[in-house]
Amino acid sequence: MDLIIFYFRKLFTILKKEVLVLPSRVVVILFFLFVLLLPVLPVIGNDPYMLRIFTLTCIYAIFAASWDLLSGYTGQMNFGHALFFGVGAYSAALLNHHIHIPPWGSIPIGALVAVLAGLIIGIPCLRLKGTYLALTTLAFPIILIGIVFAFPDQLGGELGISGIERIARSKVISYYIIAIIMLGLCTIMWAITDSKLGIILHAIREDEIAVRTAGINTTRYKLLAFSLSGFFAGVAGGLYAHYMRIAGPSTLEVSLSFQVVIWSIFGGIVSIYGPIGAVFVLFPLLELLRFWEQGRTLMFACIIILILLYMPDGLFPWLRDKIEKECPRCKKRNFWRRKTCRICTAELD
Amino acid sequence: MILLDIFITGLISGSTYALLAIGFSIIFGAARIVNLAHTAFYMVASYCIYLVSTKMGIHPGWGMIMAVILVTLLGTIAYQIVINPIREHHGAVLIATIALAMAFQEIMTLIFKSSYLSVPALIKGFVPILGVKVFYQQILTFGAAFVVMGGLWILLMETRAGLAIRATAQDREVANLMGINESRIAMLATAISVGLAGFAGAIVVPLTVINPRMWEHPLIMMMAVVVLGGLGSLKGSFVGAYILGFAESLVVFLIPAGAFLKGSVALSIMILVLLIRPDGLFGVSFEEER
Repeated sequence: MDLIIFYFRKLFTILKKEVLVLPSRVVVILFFLFVLLLPVLPVIGNDPYMLRIFTLTCIYAIFAASWDLLSGYTGQMNFGHALFFGVGAYSAALLNHHIHIPPWGSIPIGALVAVLAGLIIGIPCLRLKGTYLALTTLAFPIILIGIVFAFPDQLGGELGISGIERIARSKVISYYIIAIIMLGLCTIMWAITDSKLGIILHAIREDEIAVRTAGINTTRYKLLAFSLSGFFAGVAGGLYAHYMRIAGPSTLEVSLSFQVVIWSIFGGIVSIYGPIGAVFVLFPLLELLRFWEQGRTLMFACIIILILLYMPDGLFPWLRDKIEKECPRCKKRNFWRRKTCRICTAELD
Repeated sequence: MILLDIFITGLISGSTYALLAIGFSIIFGAARIVNLAHTAFYMVASYCIYLVSTKMGIHPGWGMIMAVILVTLLGTIAYQIVINPIREHHGAVLIATIALAMAFQEIMTLIFKSSYLSVPALIKGFVPILGVKVFYQQILTFGAAFVVMGGLWILLMETRAGLAIRATAQDREVANLMGINESRIAMLATAISVGLAGFAGAIVVPLTVINPRMWEHPLIMMMAVVVLGGLGSLKGSFVGAYILGFAESLVVFLIPAGAFLKGSVALSIMILVLLIRPDGLFGVSFEEER
């Protein structure tokens, strides 16, 4: 009993001293609560349509965060990220449709196939840099789309592969499965970027030659980044295929590749939380704009342009800089109203 | 004579890609902007001509001139309002141009609906060569593309403005130190590049169908051409455009279900070339930007 009280107290202390002092951490806690309590929220939870929108939002959040892991952190600009999504979706769909592997098996295997795709395109692309890399990676999903159209009997052609098993019987349970996977995977991605591996990846982005000078095999780390990112995007693709119960060419389209770039840069790259937040803002926003059906993509584009003009580094880093400031001495973050640093009591300017 | 058919189709699509890719290279070189809205201007020009020639009944020739001028103006204004303030943030520029292209696509869908439209040829009729109908419009398109490319070559190689553009492409900071107004050159390059996109749209429009999504395929092919030829190299863009143009037409005519595979084959060629030469065929290796 005492032990439980001890851990409870410890939790309370951590919450009070570490979480509540910084608004961004409070926001993260609130975000977790929002995602987990969504189906019981009064307005959104009762509407199956809104539940569907937020389920897709969760899937795309994994996808956008995986783009940030590869292109944001490691700096390997990937314009064909839909490749991983599409390969994941198609392999999960094929496995489920032909061999009848249930979703909990087909999604991870699909993700592993996406890892393989990441390695296959990663090895030739390692020689390329910057804009070359971006424009070359753009080509791969388009090549695959051509193959899908050219073999309509095996790969479903324009209609895609339909009749896939759903993740769970009820909509709410599917939402919970996808949401919890999303929160878990995004936490893992954040942990990766916060670890030593993340520091190396970040260093490769900043200056690859310097990293190589430090005795680090950058090729290996870049391939690792390709496979990790491919894995997470493949999971997103498999979830998408099982949720929509169809894997079609739309999962490979250029517009999807561009969409993920838009989400990530809008939210702020090199942050993981930026792309996730951006998907949770932009994807439901597109549905809110439904009041003017024909013009909603136009309004969407205008909103993006307007926000970029004022916050070219992305929305969430900008917001974070507004509500928090960095201590000049110990580099710890502080609430913006504080006069002195909460750790080292130095004057904040 | 299927060979001649292949040749003509390849020549036409090669010329279009060359015009687009050279424009893209100029703006990339002088302003370091990856302009993904480039082919959206091509689409806008096509719609302008449709509006003028079919709706207003004016001769399509005037429509073409108006389209090029209008698109150039539009491009320059868009550059000033949207791109110029965020030019230092490469990622932001990228999605700003995608958003711009999406906006143009939606505006055109709102005005013209998403149906397929066409424009009458400038000169009707055809001449039979070796038993193949060669339309005068095809010859005209090809000729016009060549004349414009020649003019552009003179502009870039012989005039002071061209010299300034090339100097800025080589090294922005040093060009600035030599008294070249770098931001004005960037604007000039934008105007030329967008004008070329508009011109490409204008000469190709009688040979294709117009719809709001017509910018996607040329965009991908144009980027493939630019990468294949080497970023920033005008000669590379020119050669790469014809390689991919002919590859596309070969696939369409010779392989069953080739229309689906044409993009795949062209892009595979690009990847193969890049595996052997990572800087493209005529790649100019830019100084390591760190």
